[in-house]
Amino acid sequence: MVVDLTHMWPGESGVVMEIQRGHGLTRKLHSIGLRPGKKITKVSSHFWSGPQTVEVDNMQIAVGFGMARRILVEVKR
Amino acid sequence: MKIEKILLVGNPNVGKSAIFSRLTGAKVIISNYPGTTVEFTQGKMKLGDETAMIIDVPGTYTLEPTCKAEEVACQMLKEGGLVINIIDATNLERNLHLTLQLLEKDIPVIVALNMWDDTKHRGIYIDVKKLEEQLGVPVIPTCGLSGEGIKELIDRLEEAKKKDLPVSSDSQKWEKIGEIVEEVQKLTHRHHTLLERLEDLSIKPLTGLPIALGIIYCSFWVIRFIGENLIGHIFEPLFTKLWLPLLMKLSAFLVEGSFLHHILIGNFIEGKINFGQSFGLLTTGLYVPIAMVLPYIFSFYLILGLLEDLGYLPRLAVLADNFMHHLGLHGYAIIPFILGLGCKVPGILATRLLEERREKFIATTLMAVGIPCMAQIAMIVGLVGQRGGEYVALIFFVLFFLLIIKGLILNRVLKGVSPEILVEIPPYRMPQIQAVIKKVWMRLSGFLKEALPLVLLGVLFVNILYTLKIIDLFAYLFAPVLTGLWGLPKEAISALIVGFLRKDVAVGMLGPLNLTTKQLVIGSTILAIYFPCIATFVVLTRELGIKDMLKSALIMIIVAVSVGAILNLIL
Repeated sequence: MVVDLTHMWPGESGVVMEIQRGHGLTRKLHSIGLRPGKKITKVSSHFWSGPQTVEVDNMQIAVGFGMARRILVEVKR
Repeated sequence: MKIEKILLVGNPNVGKSAIFSRLTGAKVIISNYPGTTVEFTQGKMKLGDETAMIIDVPGTYTLEPTCKAEEVACQMLKEGGLVINIIDATNLERNLHLTLQLLEKDIPVIVALNMWDDTKHRGIYIDVKKLEEQLGVPVIPTCGLSGEGIKELIDRLEEAKKKDLPVSSDSQKWEKIGEIVEEVQKLTHRHHTLLERLEDLSIKPLTGLPIALGIIYCSFWVIRFIGENLIGHIFEPLFTKLWLPLLMKLSAFLVEGSFLHHILIGNFIEGKINFGQSFGLLTTGLYVPIAMVLPYIFSFYLILGLLEDLGYLPRLAVLADNFMHHLGLHGYAIIPFILGLGCKVPGILATRLLEERREKFIATTLMAVGIPCMAQIAMIVGLVGQRGGEYVALIFFVLFFLLIIKGLILNRVLKGVSPEILVEIPPYRMPQIQAVIKKVWMRLSGFLKEALPLVLLGVLFVNILYTLKIIDLFAYLFAPVLTGLWGLPKEAISALIVGFLRKDVAVGMLGPLNLTTKQLVIGSTILAIYFPCIATFVVLTRELGIKDMLKSALIMIIVAVSVGAILNLIL
């Protein structure tokens, strides 16, 4: 099933499907390692719509909540 | 081929500055977080008989800039030279994107595969020969911190190749990178180390927040412990036991009351030299920066250096993100703030990490007003602390409260929204003591070279103003605000005047005024917020431009006038 990054559970892994809207944003996310086809693992999500941290290729990245909502991830549930 | 100019280019936090310092022997600040270098640093190195210029370019993900630091990087590339592309061996895939962009430029490139030592215990195996074949330029494994591979890198600089590949789209590049990584890199499974467990704990909110509070509390406790002990056991005795007897001889020689005595030794307080209050160049002028401020600067930078090199700051940024959004900033703005606690000049420079003008304006204005520098903090602790720790706490509470109120207001009033955080969190690395000590020393010598002359100038300046009776004129002119609104004696104007030069001396000038505790609290608070010191003012103008600087200054003055009045009413 496909969920956005904010709805992944901490510890859950998935594959990035799509990043919605915003070319500038897409570019930035791509260059930091978040792009379709990549396997990611959610590390944590912070309170009150705080940043989401994920692990991609051995590297942890913090993504703001709004951005994270535009990242769609295929997870096995 | 003659090499004239070498550019170090790479993603943020891949160790460009470490390699720069290896190549040039120059001393530069190296830390474990993305964005340590926001300005380019220049140095020279010997290549055979020739000297080449080396430029440490701020880290960038792409050659299409998204913030000021990246803009600087792209500009540098246009001016040509030889590129050493530094890539993080533990993160090959992402780093190669910039490499491929560089290979499309009309510029010779050589690749340094940095953090090579880290690959082994991370279970990463990279076939360097194959990577070299794939890229078509030399690839040399290096470790900037230990110096491994640097010699080979220098030896092979001449083999750098200009590829000038046809321009491809982003997705074509990612596809190609996928193929390269598939062929050259093997990952083996390994167990999590203790540091990696700590990484996870400090980024999860339930454990991360208590850890952050604990670290902040311990840091301040240790800073104070080291600072107080250095003063009490080393600097204070040094001044009273060694320096004072010399000064007494000089004083007798100069004769009390003479002009030179006034300038060098200052006034006698109860018939004696008083290092805190005499206000001569050789008494207070040296005592304030060296015996009161320097110990705190040392202990602050020691702790900051350890936290920077460990890689803790980006984690703090993520934890603080939510809170910072209320002030119109995102979490990463906490890094300039923390640097600003040491000195506002590097703090303001670090706001280049922030993407938008609005953010920069908010961050710099808040910093200029709400965040006292370590020199000022040391003086407040030293002076107000004598009246009781609760008054020191009160001042910091007022400053913190102001910072939040101002942030909330600016965030409402200014058009636009704050962008969201997007940052990579580096792995923890054990700080290397030598590296930390070196960094502390660089920052201390910076303080001695830049701040000490200004302190002496401030003391000299105020003495001359006194002698010429100019202070009296200002005191008369500003009495309505000083006395009427703030409840301070009009002589406090001298502190405000010196505050334009240095805040530490300015706080020290409140000492001889025989203020009540309430007046001391009001005076110290106003000194912290009414206007930045000259060094801060200069960078502030450079970073914001005249127009925004004036706006920012107006906000500061309005805040200072009203806060002083309010404190005078409620305390």
